[in-house]
Amino acid sequence: MEALDTFRQETRAWLEENCPPSMRTPMPEEETVWGGRNAKFPNPDAKLWLDRMAERGWTAPTWPKEYGGGGLTKEENLVLQQELRRIKARPALSSFGLWMLGPALLEFANEEQKKEHLPKIVRGEIRWCQGYSEPGAGSDLAGLQTKCEDKGDHYLVNGQKIWTSYADKADWIFCLVRTDPTTKHDGISFLLFDMMSPGVEVRPITMISGASPFCETFFTDVKVPKKNLVGELNKGWTIAKRLLQHEREMISGMGLGGVGAGGGIGSLEQVAKDYFGEVDGRIASPSLRDHITRQKMDSKAFALTMQRSAEEAKAGQGPGAASSIFKYYGTELNKRRYELLLELMGTKALGWEGDGFDDGEINVTRSWLRSKGNSIEGGTSEVQLNVVSKRVLGLPD
Amino acid sequence: MSSRNASSACPTRPARIETNPAQDKARGSHMLKQQESRDEMALVLTEEQQLLRDTATQFFQERLPIANLRKLRDTKDATGFDRVAWKEMADLGFAGIMISEKYGGTDFGPVGLGLVLEQAGRTLAASPLVSTVLLCGSAVQLAGNATQRQDILSAIAAGDRVMALAIEEGPHHNPARIATKAVADGNSYRLTGSKTFVLDGHVADQLIVVARTAGEETDRSGITLFLVDPKSEGVKVTRTLMVDSRNAANIEFRNVAIPSSAVLGSVDGGNDVLEQVLDIARIGLSAEMLGIVQQTFDTTLAYLKERKQFGKVIGSFQALQHRMAALFAEIELCRSVVLDALSAIEDRRNDVPQIASIAKARLSEIATLMTNEGLQMHGGMGMTDQFDVGLYMKRARVAAASFGDANFHRERYAALEGY
Repeated sequence: MEALDTFRQETRAWLEENCPPSMRTPMPEEETVWGGRNAKFPNPDAKLWLDRMAERGWTAPTWPKEYGGGGLTKEENLVLQQELRRIKARPALSSFGLWMLGPALLEFANEEQKKEHLPKIVRGEIRWCQGYSEPGAGSDLAGLQTKCEDKGDHYLVNGQKIWTSYADKADWIFCLVRTDPTTKHDGISFLLFDMMSPGVEVRPITMISGASPFCETFFTDVKVPKKNLVGELNKGWTIAKRLLQHEREMISGMGLGGVGAGGGIGSLEQVAKDYFGEVDGRIASPSLRDHITRQKMDSKAFALTMQRSAEEAKAGQGPGAASSIFKYYGTELNKRRYELLLELMGTKALGWEGDGFDDGEINVTRSWLRSKGNSIEGGTSEVQLNVVSKRVLGLPD
Repeated sequence: MSSRNASSACPTRPARIETNPAQDKARGSHMLKQQESRDEMALVLTEEQQLLRDTATQFFQERLPIANLRKLRDTKDATGFDRVAWKEMADLGFAGIMISEKYGGTDFGPVGLGLVLEQAGRTLAASPLVSTVLLCGSAVQLAGNATQRQDILSAIAAGDRVMALAIEEGPHHNPARIATKAVADGNSYRLTGSKTFVLDGHVADQLIVVARTAGEETDRSGITLFLVDPKSEGVKVTRTLMVDSRNAANIEFRNVAIPSSAVLGSVDGGNDVLEQVLDIARIGLSAEMLGIVQQTFDTTLAYLKERKQFGKVIGSFQALQHRMAALFAEIELCRSVVLDALSAIEDRRNDVPQIASIAKARLSEIATLMTNEGLQMHGGMGMTDQFDVGLYMKRARVAAASFGDANFHRERYAALEGY
């Protein structure tokens, strides 16, 4: 306990000295620091903040020091996160490397691969993207067909990926490839390669929200060194599933209407009062009021369930069956929230761009469109319900 | 499922109950300490609470299985619950679970009571837990003077007194509208009015009547609670048979003389106490509904794995699988809300009214949904009296309507939150 108190004091002092004041302000989404060879920083402070945090390994606080991480215990990391929240510090670095690939490498990669890739993720030098879905392999991900042939001293990759997030901005890709076409799950391998390799082509996809965060990615005779295979040949599905878990956990949190939900437009009841009107301090429409209450009550119930699950895990009772519903419920809740915002704001939430709408309103429109993907990406709601039916409820095929 | 339940015997009390933690006074102080350190883990049960839950589970399944409710119904039992079993529940400490040891209670707290109610909900056990313990016990605990507490709380804890709260005056819960009047008459009051849906009102040894002593029909102030002997002159009790085979009564008061010593709490200031009491009852009923929902889900799931059509078990059809998975999600949320609401009472949090309304609204809706879905998935058999799912549906509706349905509680929540 005492050691933890000392750690807190030291951490607080270090943050006080090293976190630039401009990095203690709310961060608009477009100022997110993703790192990479062509890293963009909104200002010099953001780069300074990343360099200082990376120096300590605090962009990946719990990773071992030998791979550039902070080497902190879970308890110390909790303290660090609390102290970062206390001063409202911006995340120094956001990346799929930190959130998804890193934990998988720590678990499945060989020593050489860890030493090669982890420190660059910590320092934000290499930006990663995820090559999972294919045109013919969406919900049925294990049906993927991107071909990977053993050519003696290298692998040769041919095929196509889709919904590759930020492939146009990424330096490297972690990719699921087919190394045995005669079987399904047991013929998939987990491969890493440089997006600059000859034969890699990327085309951004314009989404209904107008943004292009996803890409189509084509591989034509891409040569990949054999040392870039993670884990055993044909054992990639195990790694893939573990990564999907991380991804689903990330997406679940959206249902809580926290950061970014509604683009800082305010609470639902305030939006209703502002855009619909009030009578004697109450929302003028009983019907809208009721919709808002349903949303608020369900959000509270969902938040309590995530809290209960975390407490159960802490009490050593395992993650519990409740966690199996998070992805499904959280994303459906988030979609409902945006539909409700549209009802509350009327035509003010139906603008596309230009005059007549402020940034917050446009953000609601665009976020509403974006939210539709929540229940599709990372395993559709239907796939999630299948998982609950079979694994939790034990219902047969 | 009904055949299994109907054939289960009712053995005498199992040996394990002798070590019931709720009865073990020596461990009482230890339990309180445990609860104090629970701030960070309010949604996980302590070991003692898990033991209590297991004891309750065993008691209700063996002593008050659903066959017990069927028997009371089919024999048109005059009491409407099993008095011997109620006495046993008192011996186990269930009746005194919210009452301090000073008055013979076990003081295990709201979370403990919630666990007992959930298990009672699973077997549709008929008992005066809601009327006597949740409503009247809480009212006396909160508002009673020393004499009233000593007399009433010890009698409740011992299982010697059944009580009923007479509040409702119309088909919808509306504590803000009280027309029953009590007029001061020298050193006493004269009570006139009619009450409906008084739970266990036909067998209550003592009533708590909500009456207006000042103000207009919809005023929040001017409400007073009275302890009334149902045998008093001018009181007319009519039993009403409800769809859930539980008990309620219509009660008329005609110029009933009540001594001023029978006032519970302060004159004209009864509303504050009433709101707290009602919130405890709403949360307790939510716990009971959680048991109803969970049991209906479990038996429906078992049926889906048994029943065959088109040459396969119907649980293999995705149309049913997805509905069950979605219900599973809703029930997980129900459980979190009920646990948090019970903790809120225990920790005297200031958001008890809000979380009570969230719990009662959610559980009322999901209990309705789950029993409807359960019945549909049982097909024609679900429509028969022989199968239990219909009984759960009936009880779910009465519990949902008690002390505010989902509509009432959404309205109330919005008002509490100022929108």
